[in-house]
Amino acid sequence: MSQSASLTTPPETVPGAPPRKPAVRRRTGSRLHRVEQRWALAFVAAPVIGFLVFTVYPIGFSVYASLTSWNGLGPMTFIGLDNFVNMWGDEYFRTSLYNTFFYMIGIPIGLALALGLAIALNRKIPGRTALRTIYYIPVISSLAAIAILWQWAYNGDFGLVNQVLGMVGIDGPNWLMNTSTVKPAIIILAIWKGLGYSMLLYLAAIQSVPASLLEAAALDGANAWQRFRSITLPMVAPVTFFLVVTNIIAGSQIFTEINIMTPTGGPEYASASIVFYIWQKAFKYQQMGYGTAMALVLGMLVFVITLIQFRLNRRNSFSID
Amino acid sequence: MSRTNPLGARAQNRLVNTAVLALLIVGALVMIAPLVWMLTTALKTKAEVFALPPVWIPDPPQWETFTRMWTEAPVLSGIRNSLIVALSVTIVGSITSSLAAFALAKLHLPGKNVIFLGLLAGLMVPFPALMIPQFVMFSKAGWVDTLLPLIVPYLFGNIIMIFFLRQYLSSVPDSMIEAAKIDGASYPQIFRVIVLPMIRPAIAAQFILWFMTIWNDYLAPIIYLNTPSRQTLQVVIANLNVQYATQRDYPLIMAASVVALLPILVVFLIFQRQIIESVALTGSKG
Repeated sequence: MSQSASLTTPPETVPGAPPRKPAVRRRTGSRLHRVEQRWALAFVAAPVIGFLVFTVYPIGFSVYASLTSWNGLGPMTFIGLDNFVNMWGDEYFRTSLYNTFFYMIGIPIGLALALGLAIALNRKIPGRTALRTIYYIPVISSLAAIAILWQWAYNGDFGLVNQVLGMVGIDGPNWLMNTSTVKPAIIILAIWKGLGYSMLLYLAAIQSVPASLLEAAALDGANAWQRFRSITLPMVAPVTFFLVVTNIIAGSQIFTEINIMTPTGGPEYASASIVFYIWQKAFKYQQMGYGTAMALVLGMLVFVITLIQFRLNRRNSFSID
Repeated sequence: MSRTNPLGARAQNRLVNTAVLALLIVGALVMIAPLVWMLTTALKTKAEVFALPPVWIPDPPQWETFTRMWTEAPVLSGIRNSLIVALSVTIVGSITSSLAAFALAKLHLPGKNVIFLGLLAGLMVPFPALMIPQFVMFSKAGWVDTLLPLIVPYLFGNIIMIFFLRQYLSSVPDSMIEAAKIDGASYPQIFRVIVLPMIRPAIAAQFILWFMTIWNDYLAPIIYLNTPSRQTLQVVIANLNVQYATQRDYPLIMAASVVALLPILVVFLIFQRQIIESVALTGSKG
């Protein structure tokens, strides 16, 4: 207050005037400015309205709905925090939360494979563009179609996976029917699907590592592993960080694969994810109040992870153009 | 030892490259094999699908599965519905997004950074957290079992697209816009004549990525669409998967899945360079 007052002209010169904005920046074309502002406002209006109607309002509504018992049509009965309390006693909720975290084991595996792949594709190898395209095809493919395909590929007797394993003398399990193999099966599918995307981002980052740096290190006698450890790995760290966070956010919302490959949530609910359980509760059993409460918990989780990303990203202001 | 002998180093390098290439080819086979198997399954007879030892190459290929599919399943209406949703969203949404990006990057508007940050915050809210209240809103509007809930919310623009276009526009010099203003051009004119041609490549890349996302979307469509003829293609194939699995008609399921996958694959192969470039950019701007 006192700081801004000291910067402007003393107020007592116009004692009776209404508090006007201090004319710090004198503008000659204030009318033109108003026209510009009006257009600017008109141009940003659509996304702002969309954001208010389809994001802000639903969140506000969710907060209220999560405190009620409600089937989506009838009256909403206020029950306080009961939904949130019930969640912790709900075995299905716990199982689906556990499964969702279990799937994230695939993230470091996928990233390690993708980095190796990117380093390999960075070498001067004939046909590398074609190879890059092939590795990227699963990324752009429809997840529903891919899930249908893999469900059939995991078939115990006639699926591709066990037929290939059979050629090397391994008698594969009935992947999706078995509590101990259903989650690994879905992790393998997710790695296969996402590999090309991480590979591409890593490749872009590696190509920005100055070749002179690696050459200098090689001249100094650093071997391939040392060059990787102390040059390549730190240089791609921002991409690794970006991929870890986006993968966690996407992984916490895993649904399509589960819904298509294991329509009931798998043997003993062993494959159900948190979004699968929310969807089932809200749209199969019409427990909309409980569903919104769980969705809010998921939303908070994702929000916090994203916020951490923004914070940390600002701190290490790496740039890899 | 190889360091002292340049010829040896080159030979060693070639050896490593060959080994790496061999590994990459094995990897590429693993990536492509399920998709090839999908196609061959579509071309098998039902008997061949369940044959032991497995039949790898259908003989003769049953191309008629691909013609039978159109009459036995709502694949055609699925394609039509998916096209309606994806095209209306991406076309209208790209216009609203680029106008907003223009205003946020180049026009004078008090508090525009706050607006931009607010919109960015919306990115942190995952769709599953919004799907229940949105469903309630749209069911009150009587829009359940129509395509509207999949279209309307996205006509208002896409914050990811706004983000990238705004970034892209920061490289356009302000002086060009100022000059047009002095010449008396209106703001819609400035947008159409100066800004739009400049950001066209960025819009095109984002348009394709967005189109793919919507074409492949599954969770929102299964919540809203019940009548088979009103479903998008992804829901159609998922239902076929349930329905025809009991009849063990896997060739038909796979044929429909191939059709669901093919348009995007073709788009990808045509616009490969642009898509790969703009995806690679995501990592560095994220």
